[in-house]
This record gives sequence, C-alpha cells and structure tokens, in this order.
Amino acid sequence: MSQRPLHIIGKARRRVDGRAKVSGETRFADDLILPRMLFCRLLRSPLPHARIVSIDVSRAQALPGVHLVLTGADLPTTFGILPVSQDEHALCLDKVRFVGDPVAAVIAQTELLAEEALALINVKYEPLTTIASPEEALAQSEPRIHDYGDSGNIHKSVAMSFGSVEQGFAEADHIFDDTFSYAGNTHLPLETHAAVAALDPDGKLTIWSSTQTPHYVHRSIAKVLALPPSRVRVIATPQGGGFGGKTDPFNHEIVICKAALVTGRPVKICLSREEVFYCHRGRHPVLMRLRCGVKQDGTLTALHLQTLLDGGAYGSYGVASTFYTGALQTVTYHLPSYRFEGCRVFTNKPPCGPKRGHGTVQPRFGQEVQLDKIAVALGLDPAELRLRIVEKPGALTANFLKIRTIGLAECIRSVVRRSGWADKHRKLPYGRGVGIACSSYLSGAGMPIYYNDMAHSGVQLKLDRSGLVTAFCGAAEVGQGSDDVLCASVAEVLGVEIADVKVVTGDTDLSPVDLGSYSSRVTLMMGNAAIQAAERARELVAGPVAAKLGVPVEQLVFSHGRVFPAAAPETGMSFREAVIIAEAVHGTLGTTGSYKPPKPAALFKGGGVGPSPTYSYTAAVIEVEVDPDTGWLHIEKIWIAHDIGRALNPTLTRGQVEGSVYMGLGEALMEEQAFRRLPPKLSGALVHRTPSILEYKSLTSLEMPDIDTELIEDPDPSGPFGGKEVGQGPLLPIMPALANAIFDAVGVRIDEVPITPEKILKGLANLQAGKPARVGPKGFPTVPYPEPLQVPTPWQGGDGRAVNDAVRSKDKRAKNV
Amino acid sequence: MKQPISLIVNGERHDTLCTPNLTLLEVLRENLQLTGTKHGCELGECGACAVLLGEEPVLSCLVLAMECDGLPITTVEGMKRGAELHPLQAAFADHGAAQCGYCTPGILVTAKALLDRNPSPTRTEVREALSGNLCRCTGYLQIFEAVEAAAGILREEKQ
Ligand code: FES
Ligand code: FES
Repeated sequence: MSQRPLHIIGKARRRVDGRAKVSGETRFADDLILPRMLFCRLLRSPLPHARIVSIDVSRAQALPGVHLVLTGADLPTTFGILPVSQDEHALCLDKVRFVGDPVAAVIAQTELLAEEALALINVKYEPLTTIASPEEALAQSEPRIHDYGDSGNIHKSVAMSFGSVEQGFAEADHIFDDTFSYAGNTHLPLETHAAVAALDPDGKLTIWSSTQTPHYVHRSIAKVLALPPSRVRVIATPQGGGFGGKTDPFNHEIVICKAALVTGRPVKICLSREEVFYCHRGRHPVLMRLRCGVKQDGTLTALHLQTLLDGGAYGSYGVASTFYTGALQTVTYHLPSYRFEGCRVFTNKPPCGPKRGHGTVQPRFGQEVQLDKIAVALGLDPAELRLRIVEKPGALTANFLKIRTIGLAECIRSVVRRSGWADKHRKLPYGRGVGIACSSYLSGAGMPIYYNDMAHSGVQLKLDRSGLVTAFCGAAEVGQGSDDVLCASVAEVLGVEIADVKVVTGDTDLSPVDLGSYSSRVTLMMGNAAIQAAERARELVAGPVAAKLGVPVEQLVFSHGRVFPAAAPETGMSFREAVIIAEAVHGTLGTTGSYKPPKPAALFKGGGVGPSPTYSYTAAVIEVEVDPDTGWLHIEKIWIAHDIGRALNPTLTRGQVEGSVYMGLGEALMEEQAFRRLPPKLSGALVHRTPSILEYKSLTSLEMPDIDTELIEDPDPSGPFGGKEVGQGPLLPIMPALANAIFDAVGVRIDEVPITPEKILKGLANLQAGKPARVGPKGFPTVPYPEPLQVPTPWQGGDGRAVNDAVRSKDKRAKNV
Repeated sequence: MKQPISLIVNGERHDTLCTPNLTLLEVLRENLQLTGTKHGCELGECGACAVLLGEEPVLSCLVLAMECDGLPITTVEGMKRGAELHPLQAAFADHGAAQCGYCTPGILVTAKALLDRNPSPTRTEVREALSGNLCRCTGYLQIFEAVEAAAGILREEKQ
C-alpha cells in the first residue's frame, strides 16, 4: 500500500466518546437499572483483627423484603489478583483483618432495607492483637495476619544484586546515605465502585462492573463460583476514574454474582465513599534507604536501595509492588552496579496495591531528592548533573531492562529552557525557589499477571457492505481514552473517518482478551494489535480492488474514506464501494490483530517485573514560594516535558499529563491515607482517620497551579505510530521536584511525603537551632532480607540469570513472579 | 408515608411519590431515571450531584426532594438544544475537559449558572465558581479553558 501522511493520529480532536460524556449519556455501572433488580449491602468488620466466633443472620433473614443473606461459608474459595496471593474471601470466613473487611451481605428489595437488615446481623468476634505498622509487623511474628508468606507477618522479602556494589562504592569519591519515607494515599476516583449482576435469558451469568480489568474479574468469578468461564460474561462499564483502584477483583463483584445465581434476579451494589476508602489498594507507605556512590564529576558508581512496604491486610498486587519499588532505578541514569532489597509486611489496614505509578513513585522520590543533595554537595547544577548521567538509547541496564528510545535529555533541556532555570536556581530571593526532577515509566508490563504464552491484547475487526468498520477489544475505558485510541488507530490505517468506526470494548463475551487498563499498557498493546488487524483488513480489501482497477496493490491509497491509485485518484472509489468489491470476492470480511511484548532479557527470579516494550520519560521544574512564618506553600508554576514518542491525540495526551501532575501534587502536598487508634474504651481499634472526601484533602480548582506542558515527540518503533505511555509517568517527578524547590527556597530538606506546612516549620526550626535542616525518617530498621540473587551485569558478560539460583539456572524460561 | 410531589425538570413536569427523607438526587436518578446526574459521596463533599434549582447550582444530595415541589430544576439532560450540544457541552468535549466524564454533569450545570449570570468571567471567577466540584482526572486546566471557550461562543451568539 502506498504511504501517505497521517490524517487522524497526531491531531487534536474530540474523543470518540466525548459527546456521550458531556450529554450525561455515558452509562456508568450505577446508572444501570434492570427490571426486578435487588440491592446488596455489605456488613463490614468494626475490628481490625479478630477471629469470627459466630454469625447469626436469622433476624436479618426474617425481615420482610430481604431476599438473601450471605456469609463467608457460602463462598469459601479464595481469590486474589496474583496467582501467588490467593488470600481473599468474598466474605470473611474465619477472621477479619482490617476495619472494613466484609463479613456478610444482605440482598433486599431496596438499598435502604438491605442497610437496615445489616444492623440485625449478630457477629461474635474474638479480638486478636492488632499489627498497626511495619515496625510492629517485623517485631511480632504472632499473631500472623495470614498463614502464608515468607515468615511471620512478612509477606514478601526479596534481594537482588547486579554487579558488585562493593566495588562501585570502592570506586566512588563520595557515598551518600539517605532515608526517605512516603505516606500511603488513595486513588479517590470520583465514581465509587458499582456493579450489577444478572442472569441472561439463557440462564448464564452477566456482570457489569466498574472494573479496569474485566479479564481478571472474569477469571476470579469463574474460580470462586466454580463456573466454566465460557458461562460468565463480564462487561466493564465506562468508569468514573480508576487510577489503579479498580484493578483488583473485588468482594462485592463476587457476592452479587452469587446472589444473582441464587435469587435469579438482577442484583446491584454501589459502594459508599467510606467503603471505597476500605477497598483502597492505593499507594503503599514505603520507608526507603538509598546508598549511592558518586564520582566527583557526578558519575554514579553504585546504588544500594532498601525498601520496606506497609502492605495492609491482603496480598493484592503487593508482590509486584515490592519488586516495582526496585525495578526502575536503572532506566533513567546509567548505574554500573545496583543492589535492591525489598520487603512487604502485612498490617491490619485496608490493603495497598497499585496506584498510578505503581511502586515506582516512592523510590523515585528518594532517588531524585538524593540526586539534588548530591548536586549540592558536588557543587553541580542539578539539571546539569542529570544531563551528564542520562542513560543511552538502546542500552541494556544493570538489571537487564532494555531501553529503546529515551528523550530524557530533551525533556530536561525543555523544562530548563522554558522555566528560566538558569536565572532562577539558587538565584531567587529567600522564600522562593525552583526544583527539578525526572522520571520514567513503563509502556505496559512485559509479563502478564498469570504466566501464559498468549497475546496481551487482541483486536478483531468486522467490515461489511455498509462501510462501517466495527472494532472489538477487551480493553476497559477508565476515562483515559482507550476507546479513542482503538477507533483512531483503525480509522487511520483504513483511511476512514472516526465516525465510520464503531468500537465494542470491555465485554468478555464479545471482545477478544485485553489484559486490562493497568501499567500504562493499553495504548501500546491494544494500539499495536489494532494496527495489525487494520493492516490485514486493508490488504483484504486492497487485493480485489486492485484487480478490479487493474493496478498493482502497492499503488493503492486508503485515504479520506476513499481507495484509489496514487497516480490517478479520480479513478478510485469510496471505501464502502471497495468493501463491497472485497466482500463479493472473499465473503464475510473480518480480521484479527494481536500484541505480545518482546521476551524480557531478565531471566532471574523477579525479573518479570520491570521489563516493558519501551519506557516513557519525564522532567519537571516546579517554582514555589514558601512563607517562612507559616510554612505555607504556594506553587507558582510547573513546567513539564514528557517523552511520549508520538501523541496520538494531543488533547487527551495533555490531559493525561496535567491530570498526572494534579494527582502528584495532591500526594506531595496533602493526600494521606492515615489511621488512628480508638481509645481503649472504644475498642482500641485501628481506624481510618479520614474516610471521607471532606477530610481526605485533595486539590480543588482553587489550588491547581498553571502547568506548561511540552510533549517531546520522537516516534518509538515499538509503539503504535511511535507512541509511548503518558497516563502515569508525568506524576512521578512532581513530589521530588517540589521537595527540591523547597530546599532551594528556604534551605530545608523534607525527606517525606506529604510535604506539609508543619514539616516545613519544623525544618526551619531545626535550621535555627543549628540542627540539620531536615525533616524525615531517623533511620531504617533491620529487615531480614534474604541472601541476594547475584546477577552479573551485561557488561560483566551476564546472561540475565542469577549465578546463585539453582532452580532458575536450570529453567530455560523466565517465569513471572 | 409517600407523598405526591411535582418536579419541573428540564421544563417537563414530573409527578411522583416520595417519602420525606428522599433527596433530590435519589428522586432524579431513581424515580425519574435521570441518571445523568452523578454522585461521589452523597454528603455534599464532591459536587458530582450538582443541578440547578432555578438559576442556582445546588448539591442535589443535600436537598430534600419535597423542598423542590413545583420548582424548576435543570440537569445535564436538559442542556442540549434538541439534538445539538450546548456550547458548554461542545467545548468540554473538544477541549478534553471530560476525561472519565463523571464530574462533568455537575461541572457543566455549575458552569452554566456562572455564564448565565456572568458572560465574561475571569480565570479566577471560573476557578471560584467550580471550587466545589472535584475532578480527579483532568487537573482542571482543560475545564477552565472549555468554560472560557464556551463563554466566547455564547457571547457571540448573543450579539
Ligand atoms: S454526591 Fe458528592 S456532593 Fe453530592
Ligand atoms: S473527568 Fe473524571 S473526575 Fe473529572
């Protein structure tokens, strides 16, 4: 086919689902109303850790209008997102593990009635000692929150060493040793989780749910309800935001499926805002220690990173989160040697999981603030320091991550230029300052969540004589614009208008599997699958059309809804006429496309976390004003540059950058998932401090600063039309850039997130008292990390395997964690 | 006890029965099946449920339906002009102001109230008018731009 310029990709455009969203016609899960629908409410534990002695549901069951009461015994099979952490019950079976853990469900004629009936359920608990913090979890191996995991209340502890950090430290001119802490925070999607389950007229189960991962929900429901997956249909409704908070299969989804099967009627559940705080799966609180060896010119020689994650009460994505805290340190700056030790503990709090930037956000904060300290100590400009050590395109890093394109240096230059950095850094009057930080993120995880050899994303196309092209894909529209990417990719390749492509997504009965909206994978993976399917469709149509016109196939152009020979456009025909010719020759027209990431180079255990088809890069400068009397912060402006490869729809891309900055700034300044102990006379339970939108502070339109965004476009061959991720990466530099700007403004180091006025005042007080002007963790506890896997680096001739892993070195395949 | 009330929603009269404890949000979404209006908290904290009562934006989760008997109410469903989008709606769609779109109905009606009384708001006035409507997706800037673009179009229409 003849090449032509892109018509749709790269142009700022109204998204395909834009009209529905602004007219109120997008049907979110709670907007679904089915005839004879019943309503479900969950009874949640008031205690953080307790054995369930007995549950008496008889009074609830007797209430007129109550159709069903379920308890753990009705759904005894465990589930969980990761194969290695199948530790959840739809309703707690023998014990509760946090305040908010669901123990029973009422299904009734109205929501109000279901709520009333909850009060009639009598649960007897035998309280157990509460494990409230990582320190307590490390110190107390009993009582165990779970009877699996590495030991006691340690869920997972890992260690890996790439090359010799000892040698790296020996070669260093300076060794920096810093500890940082990062508080937990939550996604707070504006839409609370909701779902409706019903039997279709054939008696098969269907669930509509606000989920980012219909495929994994499908697997979990089939598992717990012991149904063949072919008889379960999961439809991901468009979501009112997810940010990682809707990527786990959830209790309530399984409960209403069971209820629909038992009652034969549709059952709806819509969680309250308070319940969403309990579902959580948000940012892990992480304590970190970074030891970094540096030469006088800024060259890094070694990094030793230790992390301690507060996992909350269940596994969720936690094993992956743990590895992610150590995965991406190597992809921004060249690191000749690297050691990572990570440990996740169970505590009696809502489970942590993946939030935008999954696991990489916290250590990125530490690394970027430490680099700022290094620059100060070496007398280097922090932007210049970073430019000196940026990793090279095509590099294979110490931990065997393959870099493709890397526009980080351009990003740094862009924010330095636009912010007027040279005139501001260390030059602004006291109280004002600028800070810089960088980051990188995956464009999709290189490995699936459960090990398999199948494609990660599939797209199917149907074309017919109407001229309409229908694209089917399992991807879930969270709000990020995945439907638009699908539609635009197909329309671009076939040269038709957006309006001539219809998308059918997130429906396990109709659409081929896509693994879900997580790890910034959809644009790259679905996009590539869509291109493949569309190119095959173009070929299918081109053959008969070329024959009919008597021209070679290579000369045909598909453009602006027409198919024509490049040399004689007027002899061509409409796309619809072309399809009719092809349909007459081939019969029914359809194609498929699939995408599977390249095999990771990392073959050591744990090496499944970190590889990606390609990485995005970001740099940000923040200018801040600090009031030294109150500690109050005013963000003047944020300049950000994001290496996106190619922006498929610049309107949406900018929105993803700004939305990431917004969310990062919220984390940096105020968002915190905090807990407190009730006094002993009120049970002494560990409860969420702020399970409401009012108390869990986030930025409003009044606090949002101006953002100046530049997209750095250097198409990456691995991405669709050269595109890389944008939904998560731009969040990461915000927290460290702010901390660095505060140092520039008032000379105080806040080595903690969030950065509150109180902490700034404390830092200033320390400064005045002649103490180190720093607020942050005092030290790092002794963590029983295992013996590290020893992996020789590529430049030591390593092959991606550990030399001291007997099991793995025999295994040819790299398996997932 | 259920009592009859009449709501004038988007210019149409709806007679319905409701108990005194029902909020306007519940009656709109459940009795009238006008699900365009959203909810994120039902405690007056997020702004997703905003509708216009007369000319004024109110949080429908904090208003009892009984209090609205006979009063004119505008929801997002009432903004379109026939099959055409209202200039605010079109601008939101074109400027990326609706990502997930869940905050959008509440923000649209709130912005409409602003532009109805102040056709040329400054950026600060836009920020202030929308300060009770949380958006978790956009970072607000494209929303401000959409409101300002729509204001321009509405001013042109008036001339
Ligand atoms: S639903 Fe949140 S303010 Fe009404
Ligand atoms: S667009 Fe998602 S909350 Fe505003």
